Amino acid sequence: MSEPIKFHFDVDGDNFSSAGEASVQVKRMLRQIGIPADVIRRVSVAMYEGEINMVIHADGGDADVVVEPGKIIIILADRGPGIADIELAMTEGYSTAPENVRSLGFGAGMGLPNMKRYTDDMHIESVVGEGTTVTMTVLF
Amino acid sequence: MKISKIKELLNAEIVCGEDMLEEDVHSACGCDMMSDVLAYVKDQAVLLTGLCNLQVVRTAVMMDMKCIVFVRSKKPTDDIIELAKDSGIAVLTSAERMYSACGILYTNGLQSGTVAHA
Repeated sequence: MSEPIKFHFDVDGDNFSSAGEASVQVKRMLRQIGIPADVIRRVSVAMYEGEINMVIHADGGDADVVVEPGKIIIILADRGPGIADIELAMTEGYSTAPENVRSLGFGAGMGLPNMKRYTDDMHIESVVGEGTTVTMTVLF
Repeated sequence: MKISKIKELLNAEIVCGEDMLEEDVHSACGCDMMSDVLAYVKDQAVLLTGLCNLQVVRTAVMMDMKCIVFVRSKKPTDDIIELAKDSGIAVLTSAERMYSACGILYTNGLQSGTVAHA
């Protein structure tokens, strides 16, 4: 595998039911190209949490996955409200999600910490009022 | 423990995945908060939950689980069943409440297994 393999998805922000569709597809595609199962799980869980965040907070956005030899990069970009205090947002249990999201099984302030936990590197760029881009790398 | 044994112990109905009834599973977890499942599950093959939406199935897919048990008589909708079928996940429904369902399976030998990142 010399050329990077790239996947792109538009994450629909309109309804919570469809959140995670891109991650399920990525999981299937990575399986087809023979990526090890534990790596697939890390990539797909991190992306899934990110996708859920984009739907809850930012009305969707763009998700890109790049597969290179020895690493997978996930880039999630939205034009949502931005994160004012990234360090606070990274705290387990801290959440700004509306109450109704909690009754759907998310919004417990575990999303960003989970994304960091499952990846080797995570970088957040955010401008309040403009949007957020999260770049995650999984090495294998 | 075979999935058929879980069905019998919880007096459950099988909604999809009849072909998986004889598959063996070795550990389970019970949780309504999907982010906690994503954070702490390691190799648990069964998810017991009172939450009933598409994200339960997607969470189970992410964690490579084999079986979802909806407790408290929750009835999955057609789109939930379709996604579970497509993903090769067996779905059971039981009238047992979460605490009882977990207790019944645990005392019959289905363990909680190891937990990631503890």
